[in-house]
Amino acid sequence: MKLIFDKSVPDRRGVTITRSDVATTVNIKKEFLRDKPAQLAELSELDVVRHFTELSRRNFGVDTNFYPLGSCTMKYNPKVTERIAAYPGFAHLHPLLPQLRGGGMLTQGALAVLYEMDMLLREITGMAGFTMQPMAGAHGELTGIMIMAAYHRDKGNKKTTVLIPDSAHGTNPASAAIAGYKIISVPSTDKGVMDVNALKKLLNDEVAGLMLTCPNTLGLFDPNIKQICDLIHSVDGLAYYDGANLNAIVGKARPGDFGFDIVHINLHKTFATPHGGGGPGSGPVGVTKKLVDYLPVSIVTKRHDGTYALEYDRPKSIGYIAPFYGNFAVILKAYVYILMLGKAGLVRVAENAVLNANYIRVKLQKHFEQAVKAICMHECVLTPSKGMLDSGVHALDVAKALIDRGFHPPTVYFPTTVHDAIMIEPTETESKETLDSFIEAMIDIAEVAKTDPEKIKASPLTTPVCRPDDTAAAKNLDLACL
Amino acid sequence: MPFIANTAGQQKQMLAEMGLTMDKLFSDIPKGLLCGQLNLPDGLPEQEVRGALAELAGKNSIDLTLFLGGGFYDHFIPAAVYSIISRSEFYTAYTPYQPEVSQGTLQAIYEYQSTICRLTDMVVANASIYDGGTAMYEAMMMALRITGRNKVIIDDSVNPIYRVMIESYTKNLKIEHVLTHCQTGLVDREQILAKLDNDTAAVILQNPNFFGCVDDFSDIAEAAHKKGALLVVSSYPISLGILKTPGSMGADIVTGEGQSLGMPMSFGGPYLGFMATRMEYVRKMPGRIIGRTKDRNGNDCFVMTLQAREQHIRREKATSNICSNEALCAMTALVYLSLLGKEGLRQTAQLCADKASYAYSRLTAIPGVKSHFKANWFFNEFVLDLPKDATDVIGKLIEKGFAAGFPLSRYYPDMKNCILVCVTEKRTKQQIGMFAEALESVL
Amino acid sequence: MVVKGLLYTKDHEWAKIEGGVAIIGITDHAQNQLGELTFVELPDIGKEVKQKGELAVVESSKAASDVYSPVTGKVIEMNAKLEKNPEIVNDDCYGAGWICKIQITDKATTKNLMDAAQYEEYLKGL
Repeated sequence: MKLIFDKSVPDRRGVTITRSDVATTVNIKKEFLRDKPAQLAELSELDVVRHFTELSRRNFGVDTNFYPLGSCTMKYNPKVTERIAAYPGFAHLHPLLPQLRGGGMLTQGALAVLYEMDMLLREITGMAGFTMQPMAGAHGELTGIMIMAAYHRDKGNKKTTVLIPDSAHGTNPASAAIAGYKIISVPSTDKGVMDVNALKKLLNDEVAGLMLTCPNTLGLFDPNIKQICDLIHSVDGLAYYDGANLNAIVGKARPGDFGFDIVHINLHKTFATPHGGGGPGSGPVGVTKKLVDYLPVSIVTKRHDGTYALEYDRPKSIGYIAPFYGNFAVILKAYVYILMLGKAGLVRVAENAVLNANYIRVKLQKHFEQAVKAICMHECVLTPSKGMLDSGVHALDVAKALIDRGFHPPTVYFPTTVHDAIMIEPTETESKETLDSFIEAMIDIAEVAKTDPEKIKASPLTTPVCRPDDTAAAKNLDLACL
Repeated sequence: MPFIANTAGQQKQMLAEMGLTMDKLFSDIPKGLLCGQLNLPDGLPEQEVRGALAELAGKNSIDLTLFLGGGFYDHFIPAAVYSIISRSEFYTAYTPYQPEVSQGTLQAIYEYQSTICRLTDMVVANASIYDGGTAMYEAMMMALRITGRNKVIIDDSVNPIYRVMIESYTKNLKIEHVLTHCQTGLVDREQILAKLDNDTAAVILQNPNFFGCVDDFSDIAEAAHKKGALLVVSSYPISLGILKTPGSMGADIVTGEGQSLGMPMSFGGPYLGFMATRMEYVRKMPGRIIGRTKDRNGNDCFVMTLQAREQHIRREKATSNICSNEALCAMTALVYLSLLGKEGLRQTAQLCADKASYAYSRLTAIPGVKSHFKANWFFNEFVLDLPKDATDVIGKLIEKGFAAGFPLSRYYPDMKNCILVCVTEKRTKQQIGMFAEALESVL
Repeated sequence: MVVKGLLYTKDHEWAKIEGGVAIIGITDHAQNQLGELTFVELPDIGKEVKQKGELAVVESSKAASDVYSPVTGKVIEMNAKLEKNPEIVNDDCYGAGWICKIQITDKATTKNLMDAAQYEEYLKGL
């Protein structure tokens, strides 16, 4: 398909810019001006609409296809949340308004959303206070690690390392490293959970904390979780809960009760806000009482008269990590989602997410290998059977063959601790009928792989492109059309 | 239950087929760690939740006439922008890990990268960073990696919100920050040159700067390069419709807040951090990058490339921890700029500058109101000295229905009577006139 | 494939010692694991490096790996051809695909490396 620039026709115009009602005055030195206009495409409005409509048809989304991308929680994004985020009272609100005298009273509705969301998330996680500012999960991790560092600095602790399990998402070690820590990897047992004995050996006064996803990336809840948190506390380390997989336990169990000190939540996962083709997300961070003072500036508080205010005077705070209050529209959508589900609904979310994942796991266990033979939580990790691998059919081939059968592939080759991993996270918004047809497709792929592996390796055949050359892309860099 | 597909009957049936119970599925969670019923409200149906949220939205005032900018702007957004990015094939997708079913997102982001390059006169851009502030922080970290040095010079005319963010992010790192002071509205060359040495990784500047003043940093770029340092420039993308580009000034890394490109203000987000650089530094750049390549059959197509820089492969050695970015906002910017086109962007920028000029002449005609800076080339924001405390004046004007501007004393204690006034193409001559009258009446 | 006469590390680098100079590269096992290389980040000439210190980075489209120095010394030459054609490492990792030459400053560091037979044994155990 042509690039938008290739469709450009000189002098063609899209939207008409409003007429000027003032004189054109040159108030800028000539040498400060650009010599020729930016070479943007010149198109009619219809050209632009058609171009992007055509592009949209080259995408799978949750609205078009089952999207069991493990670890990403691709659940349905309720339309009502889009509608509410577009209410002019929210969408047209300038973020600096509360910083003007009298401006705070003109933003009470927005401040209420932030405050009430804080309260809901406290109850859901068992934490004592939240910042809504982090703009994605990884941003939340960095914020959390900065809070960890501030805590240790305050106590005069000389801590240098952060412990992270070998099965963790790559963001965990990356976040801790850019915050200035050395990373030490904690091995897993053959049951797929943290090796507690290995952890004990790694504990010393240098350890600032531990970052953990629970359930982990194998979809397993670590039954030793409380002991692990206690062990970290024994060296005055802090336990960090990566909330990427909160969907598995939301409403049923709370990281605060496990012993975690810091928690981030991916609102775009557990609380159903759209993933936007890669973002925006939102990654609020919650902390226990002893860490509340370190939360970023600003925090929304509620006054005695019921009005809301922003608190900036926070001497122990790690400071500003975002310009304002986070990805407000995303927070708003997640807030609406929680309000709609309520206490009973959230429990059903976790239950059905886990039920659906196990249903797939059990129905496929004769056709694929399970990375760990156990009940899983919200996602299951499979690998191709030995027979499939022997005929040269790998996780990637299964993924591509699923595309031809109308499904977005699961996450493949992650976690990296499992060879040829196929990580399936169906989420609770998918029905038994959808799961059944997915299971049928997976079984079909396993069968065809036995008799005609080349057919699987040739897929996908139904898409506009097939298996792009990644190596050529990285060697002959073409990153922009200039 | 809303948004949960399986009926109670189906759930039972599925459990029976597996020979499991719901309790068994959760049996790895020790009994003592299950929380029982949470103290949360009961769920609300759509009609009620819309009513409740409409009421909250009503408590936010959006009837003020905005002369408030500070890096976040009230620009006009054509209807087609929202209509295009509301296609759920785009917004309900995720990171394009599987290129065959993500060519829509991939091509759009490639076009976005190209558009950012065309706008800034750089050669490579990434697929987005969270916002203008985190983009500046990432650019600083990138400059440290490229140069292997640890000192950065940042001018106080850079958005103070971004400066405090950078301070927070680097508290636990060994980085020397040198703050230079902007006295005249233009960056003080003498100070910068005095601080620039062989340990300097980067000089970080903004154009137009926080005070709205326009500059040309070509000389600073040259001086920085002589010392082996990089020039990082944060820019306001709408202004690039008419202003000299950071690329043509010799900037090495360009960042900025892309909110003005078709995104509503939404009380602070989601916004768009953009970042562009020279090809020689591409492997040190954070964030996703889309490249064009060929598929198995020789067709042109797009993929995420240079992933070896990223956290999912390089873990603690990655160029950044960023994973989720602001892809839909990047796409918004692309759609907005494609609708405006070459001439539309130029016109919009010119309109902003013209209306700001008009407002400046009206406001400085008020007795006691003066321009704060002498050398005053500005784009669409300018600093006025008021005869009174700016915070008080702004408070009084809010009552009259105007968000008059930003009180600079909030970040610059010496500028007690100074107000930063912003004018976009959305303000009319009539509104500007009424604003001038209102201001005069409260002084 | 393992070549006799070279010395090896557990991180799959090889070193060929000629006089006081070590020629460094990655092994066949390493290049095979990575897949077709798309980029080699070469060390600067004059860089001083300790044994097991970071020397270079090799990247494929889906993986990246540090190359650690088998010996302690100073980089005196690098294989500039790899800048344009990193795939030479895949084609001839023990020959034309060498990465750099190091003037050895601590001879003792050549003593704790594996010979071909030991490395072969080590590979079998992986």
